[in-house]
Amino acid sequence: MLLTTLVDLSRWQFALTAMYHWLFVPLTLGLGFLIAFMETRYVMTGDEFWKRTTKFWMKLFAVNFAMGVATGIILEFEFGTNWSNYSWFVGDIFGAPLAIEGIFAFFMESTFFAVMYFGWNKVSKKAHLVSTWLTAIGTNLSAVWILIANSWMQYPVGMEFNPDTARSEMTDFWAVVSSPVAINKFLHSVTNGYVLASVFVIAVSSWFLLRKRETLLARKSIRVASVFGIISLAVLIGTGDGSAYNVAKVQPMKLAAMEGLYDGSEKAPLVAVGILNPDKDIVGEDGADEDPYLFEISFPNMLSFLATRQADGFVPGINDIIEGGYEFTDREGNTYIEPSFVEKKAMGTAAVTALADYQTAKQAGDTQAMAQAEAVLEQNFDYFGYHYIEEPEDLVPNVPLVFYAFHIMVALGMFFILLFVLYIVFEWKNLIVSDKHKWLLWLGIISLPLVYICSQSGWIVAEVGRQPWTIQNLLPVNAAVSGVEPGNVLTTLIIFAVLFTAMLVVEISIMLKQIKKGGE
Amino acid sequence: MERLRKIWLFYYEGFRDMSSLGRTLWIVVLLKLFIMFAVLRVFFFRPALADCETDAEKSQAVIENLIK
Ligand code: HEM
Repeated sequence: MLLTTLVDLSRWQFALTAMYHWLFVPLTLGLGFLIAFMETRYVMTGDEFWKRTTKFWMKLFAVNFAMGVATGIILEFEFGTNWSNYSWFVGDIFGAPLAIEGIFAFFMESTFFAVMYFGWNKVSKKAHLVSTWLTAIGTNLSAVWILIANSWMQYPVGMEFNPDTARSEMTDFWAVVSSPVAINKFLHSVTNGYVLASVFVIAVSSWFLLRKRETLLARKSIRVASVFGIISLAVLIGTGDGSAYNVAKVQPMKLAAMEGLYDGSEKAPLVAVGILNPDKDIVGEDGADEDPYLFEISFPNMLSFLATRQADGFVPGINDIIEGGYEFTDREGNTYIEPSFVEKKAMGTAAVTALADYQTAKQAGDTQAMAQAEAVLEQNFDYFGYHYIEEPEDLVPNVPLVFYAFHIMVALGMFFILLFVLYIVFEWKNLIVSDKHKWLLWLGIISLPLVYICSQSGWIVAEVGRQPWTIQNLLPVNAAVSGVEPGNVLTTLIIFAVLFTAMLVVEISIMLKQIKKGGE
Repeated sequence: MERLRKIWLFYYEGFRDMSSLGRTLWIVVLLKLFIMFAVLRVFFFRPALADCETDAEKSQAVIENLIK
């Protein structure tokens, strides 16, 4: 009970910090490029209007950047204090590369950022433009390693567990960085930033148009943002499809939760809209026979196609994953019969026992017993974490949260296609300034909270969906957590809730003030 | 030397002539860093393995947690 409380509080604390951090990151990732496009127009045309426009958005970029700076550091504090077993276990992955990236980002930012803001009248136009581009590229590069690290937790490749140190050591750097999950996640996350920033520019510009202020700045900005937005959205949706395929291969339980799929099938349909039945439960429980949905509209065969690239491929549901016994082809193309939860748990226990035996043998100086224990550990290591899972239901993430977050993300993705198309058509046809079409400007403004909800939903799918694992199949949350007092975690959780709310109020008020001022 | 002086002047003048928005943002950033490192880090986020002096001790502590 105490452990459950500790794990839950630590997760809430981490989720709150990560979500707060992710309020700022995507706008930084995307707005940098939008500013760079605008400044490029300035350098190419020499038109002072573009300089003024660039400077206006740069101001908002600075506000967002300053508010986001260092919010990620708190996550590192939490790793060390609340998730110490985990931070030790992951070893190299959070080590040198993350530090190098941090130092690189610091120098990049302190140089090019300074030129961007201090250098307008001090360096040549071209040098200034180069700095703006490098700032945009630099901020995107500083997202690389942390996303690789996150991907490794979802799909741990290229590392080996050392039973002497209880750390993972990188054996294949290339496998870690070129993991299909990492590449896809990077592209999906950064293009999410581009779409979010495009909607931000559209929303702010729409507000100006409603107020009949800064009309030229607003309209030209809408042109840049809607085109950049729709191109980025195409990549975002393409990589979203890639993400779902990867999830099907490396985290099938997450996919089952995303779709509320309890019993798998060939020709599995994809739920377009649906309401889950709250009484539905997994096999062996009271609600096992209930229908999973109260209401749903589905596309036939689509889930099979998404998950296996074949319209009649078998997609396992939550119950299948617990019971095992079906044929499964993993991301590397190996086909095998999936073990049941009970079998995986037995292998996990064999691995953990072997780790204990290894330690005993080491203390006794018995090299033969050490070698034997190490062999057993290696053989069963893929399921190491199952030792800590008590019941099959502990393997199942929060299905409603993951299901609704996934469907909100996808539905909003579709909505943004419409939004960008409408803005492109109405702007190029000069309809955007007509009083008859104010509804579009309001739609643009309402889309701003929606794009933030969409972006946060994406991370809810990725992170809640992989529960109970901090590292897929290797380390569940209850083994990853530190033995700290739940009361202490609750205290910091409350401090964060207050601090973050206060900071957000400050950020939004500074941002609104700067928007109201307009271009200067 | 001349180059260094120019770089110094670039930053010095940049900070000196900064807009009031720039100043506000710096205050927010510094305040935030202070809260994080001088308050949260010191009083609330002591690394759980801080009592272990060497890496070997840390490994041992984690192994014990994993096999218990
Ligand atoms: C429309 C089609 C889309 C599909 C099929 C899709 C699919 C997915 C999937 C399966 C994940 C989980 C990946 C994982 O667990 O590794 C994910 C994550 C995410 N999605 Fe989407 N997505 C779509 C659109 C969007 C849109 C429109 C946004 C935001 C504007 C967005 C933002 C995110 C973010 C921020 C994440 C977390 C980072 C990651 O895991 O890549 N997605 N998406």
